[in-house]
Amino acid sequence: MIELDNVSYGYGGNALFSQVSLTLAPGSFHFLTGPSGAGKTTLLRLCYADLRAMKGKVRIFEQDAGALDRDAVAMSRRRIGVVHQDCRFLDHLSIAENIALPLTVSGRANEAAGNLQELLNWVGLAAQAHQLPPELSGGERQRAALARAVIVSPDVIIADEPTGNVDWDMSQRILSLLIELNKMGKTILIATHDLTMIRAAKSDVSARILRLSDGQILQAGAEL
Amino acid sequence: MKVLLDLIVGDPQADRSVPQTGMTARLTLFVSAVMAFLAVIALAVSLTTNRVASLWAEDLAESATLRLPADPVTADALLLSALDVLETTPGISSVRALSQDEQQALLEPWFGPDLPLDALPMPQLIEIVADGDGYDVDGLRARLTAQVPGAILDDHTAWREPLLGAASRVRLIGWSVILLIGATVAAMITLAAQAALAANVQVISVLRLVGAKDAYIARAFVRRFTLRAGAGAIVGVVCGALVLLVAPQGDAAGGLLLGVGFEGAEWILPLLIPLLAAIVAFFATRTAAFRRLREQT
Repeated sequence: MIELDNVSYGYGGNALFSQVSLTLAPGSFHFLTGPSGAGKTTLLRLCYADLRAMKGKVRIFEQDAGALDRDAVAMSRRRIGVVHQDCRFLDHLSIAENIALPLTVSGRANEAAGNLQELLNWVGLAAQAHQLPPELSGGERQRAALARAVIVSPDVIIADEPTGNVDWDMSQRILSLLIELNKMGKTILIATHDLTMIRAAKSDVSARILRLSDGQILQAGAEL
Repeated sequence: MKVLLDLIVGDPQADRSVPQTGMTARLTLFVSAVMAFLAVIALAVSLTTNRVASLWAEDLAESATLRLPADPVTADALLLSALDVLETTPGISSVRALSQDEQQALLEPWFGPDLPLDALPMPQLIEIVADGDGYDVDGLRARLTAQVPGAILDDHTAWREPLLGAASRVRLIGWSVILLIGATVAAMITLAAQAALAANVQVISVLRLVGAKDAYIARAFVRRFTLRAGAGAIVGVVCGALVLLVAPQGDAAGGLLLGVGFEGAEWILPLLIPLLAAIVAFFATRTAAFRRLREQT
């Protein structure tokens, strides 16, 4: 699905990580952990072609991400659902419209009606459908972001600290939704520094746990 | 046609993706209306100049004046000879010797009504009207020199050419003003579109995150600015047309100042201004949007 091959990236001449390799196989579940500033978000952005690798190759759905034009990047984003820590909604649109946005921009707005209600029920936001994003709590916003990420039934879901702003119960609810998606065959990559969430998930899903530290990706797991 | 229909009907969902920005909307409408108003006036001045100059030039081209020497002894003989030459010249449809009263009327603006014309040696004037094909001016001059000594033929070239030159310059100025107005509209729309795009960086970022192509994002801005420019121009054209309709009118002979306006089919031209404003806005916004989206990669 997505493959990073000896990828390096940095800011202002300083390498954030170098020669990192990672493969997201279809239906796999990955946690990416590591200290703040290690480059977790940067790595995720490389995975959905929001950044271009300085060295090495990123392949997204068998295509060289470095060679994709903007339209091709847009097309690949329709197969990758992204959940940000800050959710990134359009605040002038209702939650329902925000969730339907991926369908709207891909000219499939007519499909929204059926999918949308089902998704709103799935994430427990049916009552908040017509509220604006700033009117929702952190947990509700995260669930709405997850609903938006999956409305086009993407092959891959990438979540950056999806439980960063929510309490334990809500983080468990979001995690269970992501596990449910994985059981439906979706490939999941979650960046998180919340080790308790990883521990909680271990019993429900066979997840590969990666640690990004000192510019390298290491396989982790046993120590958790 | 489909592009035009898509532009007018639009996609309500796509339009809602980008929030309305009140200030740029109002400014675009206002500037577009003012520019369309000015374009209507410039167009009217240009077309009126063209019309009046053509009319005057046509009149002058068809007529000429023959002036006979003011010699009381030979006057009658010269007049008969001149009329004979003129009446036998192909291309001349009518010839008429001006009466004393008519000649006095011509001099009255300079010398007043009490001029004793009888006591003055006045040259005899003959009005010549050419037919559609005209006559051989050089040939006529040669015959007059031989048969009517001292006769001077004025075919009005000296008047017509400066008049046509002046009219041509006014027309050029008019069209230049219209072009400048078009360029100003393009510049203004570009600035407004850039401001709107800059104000919506986060919106663009979110739209891209969920898989929007550049064309989709650009369309929301392009449609908005195109419709605003077109709507503003309609208001401007209506105001301009009303001003021309209520302005004092005169006939062509009354001069340019009294006769500014459109005649007949010319009224189609101001109706094209909103369409042109919309086309200018379409391309200005589209160019600005794609440039901005390219930079915001």
